[in-house]
Amino acid sequence: MPDSFHLDAVPIRLERCGKTFAGSARALEPLDLTIRGGETIVFLGPSGCGKTTTLRIIAGLESPDPGGRVLFGEEDVTALPIERRNVGMVFQSYALFPNMTVAENVAYGLKVRKLPRPERARRVEEMLDLMHLGEFAGRRIDQLSGGQRQRVALARALVVRPRVLLLDEPLTALDAKLRDSLRLEIDRLLRGLGITAVYVTHDQGEAMALGDRIVVMAKGRVAQIGTPREIYYQPADGFVADFIGTMNRLGGTVRGGMLNIGTASLPWSGADGAVELLVRPEDLALASEDDGHLGGSVAAAVFLGDRTRLVVEPTDGPALTVDTLGRSELGRGDRVWLRVDPARVLAVP
Amino acid sequence: MSACAQDASLPHRPAAFPRAGSGWKGEPLRLAALLAPAAAVFAAFFLLPLVRLILIGAGGAEGWSAYLTTLIDPGHLDSLLSTLALSAGVTLVTLAVSTVAGLFLVRHHFPGHALLVALLTFPLAFPGVVIGFMVIMLAGRQGVIGTITQALTGGKLVFAYSMAGLFLGYVYFSIPRVILTVMAAAEKLDPRLEEAARSLGASPWRVVADVILPALKPALISAGALCFATSMGAFGTAFTLATRINVLPMTIYTEFTLQANIAAAAALSVLLGLITWAALAVARSVAGTSVAAAG
Ligand SMILES: Nc1ncnc2c1ncn2[C@@H]1O[C@H](COP(=O)(O)OP(=O)(O)OP(=O)(O)O)[C@@H](O)[C@H]1O
Ligand SMILES: [Mg+2]
Repeated sequence: MPDSFHLDAVPIRLERCGKTFAGSARALEPLDLTIRGGETIVFLGPSGCGKTTTLRIIAGLESPDPGGRVLFGEEDVTALPIERRNVGMVFQSYALFPNMTVAENVAYGLKVRKLPRPERARRVEEMLDLMHLGEFAGRRIDQLSGGQRQRVALARALVVRPRVLLLDEPLTALDAKLRDSLRLEIDRLLRGLGITAVYVTHDQGEAMALGDRIVVMAKGRVAQIGTPREIYYQPADGFVADFIGTMNRLGGTVRGGMLNIGTASLPWSGADGAVELLVRPEDLALASEDDGHLGGSVAAAVFLGDRTRLVVEPTDGPALTVDTLGRSELGRGDRVWLRVDPARVLAVP
Repeated sequence: MSACAQDASLPHRPAAFPRAGSGWKGEPLRLAALLAPAAAVFAAFFLLPLVRLILIGAGGAEGWSAYLTTLIDPGHLDSLLSTLALSAGVTLVTLAVSTVAGLFLVRHHFPGHALLVALLTFPLAFPGVVIGFMVIMLAGRQGVIGTITQALTGGKLVFAYSMAGLFLGYVYFSIPRVILTVMAAAEKLDPRLEEAARSLGASPWRVVADVILPALKPALISAGALCFATSMGAFGTAFTLATRINVLPMTIYTEFTLQANIAAAAALSVLLGLITWAALAVARSVAGTSVAAAG
């Protein structure tokens, strides 16, 4: 990637940014968040949890409730409208100007900034090449596929060298295959440019793949902020655990430093009493009757190619999802034993 | 299908679907029969009078050159030009006022919004005579404006019985239709487009120029052409205000009833028809639907 493309990495700080829309419940509880310069942060959460609202507060399309502040680096931009914040925006619906060609769309921000024509043309061409759009420069927008449109939207947002790139579910309108390839392209772009980016999605796969850190949101609040690994392996609460990937819940009791689940007794640090344990499907292993901790029977087996996902009904307690090798021949009704590794089990806080 | 029907081993098997056209031998005839009533009405009420009108225009002592003579007659030419100017002016002012008002009404919701929209579209229900009457109530000799200006300055401002009065009436009559068209088009604008433009640094005015107006353009052209055609041909309002207002429909009326100059009236009618038809053709080609002038 050419040097001229490397952008300033501006940190962003949200201070007590809440949002209450007129005549409705609070959409966003006051939020404090620091986004490091050059970091890609992903807002992840179910529909209506306030992801877009937060993004729009950063963009300047919504103002936070009184008392909230938005800072770009040292500059307080709370009172600045979007057109004076120098942000790049990419929408799910592309939002390309239908009355302009691809090149005119990309040039628009430079034209508004009154860049001299030769400089404008040079930067547009450079950006179109970077996005592999060179051959489409003269096309009308309705002559492009969805993936091409979103690349034009990215080019249009980036060519003005924004201080932060804001993406609101940019891949949601695309089909699965295109989504994967464009996601890789966005990843390459964000790393290469070193730009601060905020990415909104409700797809945890996208969040895991793109985010340096993920902000998991629920009902207008932050449920957890952390790296993809932290979110996956150390979910802050039951909501995050259930929202990210598949999580099993196991009941057990602790007595005198030992955890009793099923027929097993495992070393455990924690107070005595009943506990609810969380364990990922890939952390439950099939074992022989002698080594197993929990017995049960297979209620369903789904072949997924690289693995087979079993639903096991233990002798007592809720059904467990267990991932095993793709070549497993187990089927409905087979009797199995499961082993639990205490190092890979979490107690619900 | 045809292979099956021709299969010798299945001679009596009827084809499940008749081959295209085999059951429709009488199609053109039937179509002609169905269209005949419409064609008769079209001929009786449109084609024949039109041809007659065109022929009458050329039926005077001068023959076909009567069209040219009628056109270059200073009085007629003046009437034509002032009608064109009036209609163009009405169209531009109506488009400007209605675009601003229509956008405002779509973007802002306030108590009484629905009532205001209903009130604004009220003039649609009025015939030209009533519009003329209202202009007189406003700017006539006993009108509101006259009374106010008399109280303020001592001089009475009266402009109902002139081009200005007609202009006012036509704008008043045209605004509702254009506002409704603008509102319908503005509801369909994608707010993300405006947000994208603003994120790229565009000021609110630039957003209007680069995003909103281009998106509204088809609606504005078609509504404008309709407004223009209506203003060209409207008669009722002018007739109510004053018989001496120099607009084409009035001129045709005067030539026909007062001067009994039937050839000139016919020639002017054909001309007016052509202009209005052209304007409506523009509206139709842009809007993609049929539209008709009123008034
Ligand atoms: N302009 C608005 N007026 C009133 N309520 C709003 C407005 N915009 C959003 N909301 C409400 O605020 C809450 C959060 O909305 P937001 O768009 O931020 O959700 P989201 O997380 O982006 O959801 P999605 O995944 O469906 O896009 C929702 O309950 C929504 O109904
Ligand atoms: Mg959203």
